[in-house]
Amino acid sequence: MTAGNKFLVGVFDDDDVLLSAVAKVRESGIRIHECYTPFPVHGLGDALGYKRSKLPIAAFLFGMLGTSLALLMQFYMMGIDWPMIIGGKNFTSIPTFFPVTFELTVLLSALGMVGTFMIISDLRPYGKAKIFDLRATDDKYIMAIDLAKNSIDTTEIKQTLVNAGAVEVNEKHN
Amino acid sequence: MEVTSPVRKPLVTGGKTVHDVTVDVCRRVEEKPTITWFLAVATSLGLLTIGLYAVAMTLWDGIGMWGLNKTVGWAWDITNFVWWVGIGHAGTLISAILLLFRQRWRMSINRAAEAMTIFAVICAAMFPVLHMGRPWLGAYWALPLPNTFGSLWVNFNSPLLWDVFAISTYFTVSLVFWYIGLIPDFATIRDRAKGIISRTVYGALAFGWNGSARTWERYEAVALILAGLATPLVLSVHTIVSFDFATSVIPGWHTTIFPPYFVAGAIFSGFAMVLTLMLITRKVYKLEDYITISHIEMMNIVIIVTGSIVGVAYITELFMAWYSGVEYEQYAFLNRATGPYWWAYWTMMTCNVISPQLFWIKKVRTSIVATFILSIVVNIGMWFERFVIIVTSLHRDYLPSSWAMFQPTVYDLGIYIFTFGLFFTFFFLFAKFFPVINMAEVKSILKATGEKQPAMRESATTTQSVEEMSPTTSKN
Repeated sequence: MTAGNKFLVGVFDDDDVLLSAVAKVRESGIRIHECYTPFPVHGLGDALGYKRSKLPIAAFLFGMLGTSLALLMQFYMMGIDWPMIIGGKNFTSIPTFFPVTFELTVLLSALGMVGTFMIISDLRPYGKAKIFDLRATDDKYIMAIDLAKNSIDTTEIKQTLVNAGAVEVNEKHN
Repeated sequence: MEVTSPVRKPLVTGGKTVHDVTVDVCRRVEEKPTITWFLAVATSLGLLTIGLYAVAMTLWDGIGMWGLNKTVGWAWDITNFVWWVGIGHAGTLISAILLLFRQRWRMSINRAAEAMTIFAVICAAMFPVLHMGRPWLGAYWALPLPNTFGSLWVNFNSPLLWDVFAISTYFTVSLVFWYIGLIPDFATIRDRAKGIISRTVYGALAFGWNGSARTWERYEAVALILAGLATPLVLSVHTIVSFDFATSVIPGWHTTIFPPYFVAGAIFSGFAMVLTLMLITRKVYKLEDYITISHIEMMNIVIIVTGSIVGVAYITELFMAWYSGVEYEQYAFLNRATGPYWWAYWTMMTCNVISPQLFWIKKVRTSIVATFILSIVVNIGMWFERFVIIVTSLHRDYLPSSWAMFQPTVYDLGIYIFTFGLFFTFFFLFAKFFPVINMAEVKSILKATGEKQPAMRESATTTQSVEEMSPTTSKN
């Protein structure tokens, strides 16, 4: 978000009202900057026209990386670098390597996916939150509209928001 | 459009609104700690200090301070390790497996249950680490690090090494899962905070969360996949713990029934510990509207199911010992039931097989006092289960000349007390400074399952996509 832009902030009382409002506002040709809700409102992403997250693919790729690294590590250590005779058995065997391979798959998949999520969502310790209305984490559902990105008249946008069920419409520089 | 299920009771009672959830949970974090809380923390720290003496003596003089001998090389340490790890399983079951099964009643208990998981795994890890004798060298024995101590790498064929990977992965993934869930709630506390300290601390913990629709969308994808990963993970952990025994050739251990039997036992004891903790938290924090009698009943039903699986496993073991025709196996079980440790065996049988069957009676499983007492009985029983499996199998092995008895010393007891102090210190700190209920999740189910539900629905001008919001309840 560019600094100094002027935003219209619509405050809604109910998640279902917000959902229908998103559709109405978008129908009237207004571009919505983002919505903020205290809990995941199902269908909101679709209503805003967001594509499905690709994080499952990241999870899969990191998982595969974990599997490969685990197998490589065990075959290298037990089979190549320092083979040990244990009970006269084979130096290397898939079944006994399976538990460690499984655990490392899960570990890398989880950490890799969560790391990707944090980076793309800009979540980090001491990260500064961009907040339009403090009540968005309590019980209000917020719709922010970037006025610089809309050519429609401000009063008209305000009216559309009120008609769509907003209980308050505030202006905010951000 | 009918969303409320006519057969299911509301999960949140007392006509709570979304704002009420915020206030009820945040109030515990915002208000000054009570004198009861200080007393509770002081007691746990006292236990921790007493136990620390046993830990220090063990590190100083070595594990000869324990009651182990040449026959019984594993006793309280591994018993307590398996006991604590098992307790941890309920948290992941509630947060991951019940999420995949779309069981919404998990939402008001998962936060505390996951916290319990993490603290229990920390306590469990104390035992193998201390049993190393020189834990400062432990990294070379437990992790594949290049070293100059002889055998260059760890043995990847050993179940003890699998345990290292399983427990550390389990701890890490549970911690990440728990923290991801905490971020939105920390943001709620941050946005309400008045003092500069709380705003800074919770601001740092909230990672810059602002609840945008895009982040929520990703958050839900992450939560679902983490649940999908944690489900086989939690099953693998106790499976691998059971391999510590099952891959050996000791009578009473060498059985293929161990993995499922250990996993069921872990969930059984974990739910009992969740109940013990939640009944206290619920009472002290007045959370009766969020953790209702039907929540307690649900957990008690899980206890009946897993307790019965454990009971069937005990009987199967006896049957297999007889049916196998193996003399040593038969003696191991005869010795368990009638040998010098008969009292431990029958305590286990009574606490784990007989007492949970009382939950078939509706009056018992909906009674708070009965649930509280039985939850403690189950955990005593599950401790004895591990003691019986480990010590009775070891103390009379193949050679009668090396038969021995195991007597715990004050240091065995002291380290066990140490882990209790550690666990409760962590838990009380969590209960004071962290949101004990997952606010965001509970808010998301208020409309579908709250008591005020019909009124809230009517006030909404549209019901669009309510159907997809609650696929499980709308079908009823």
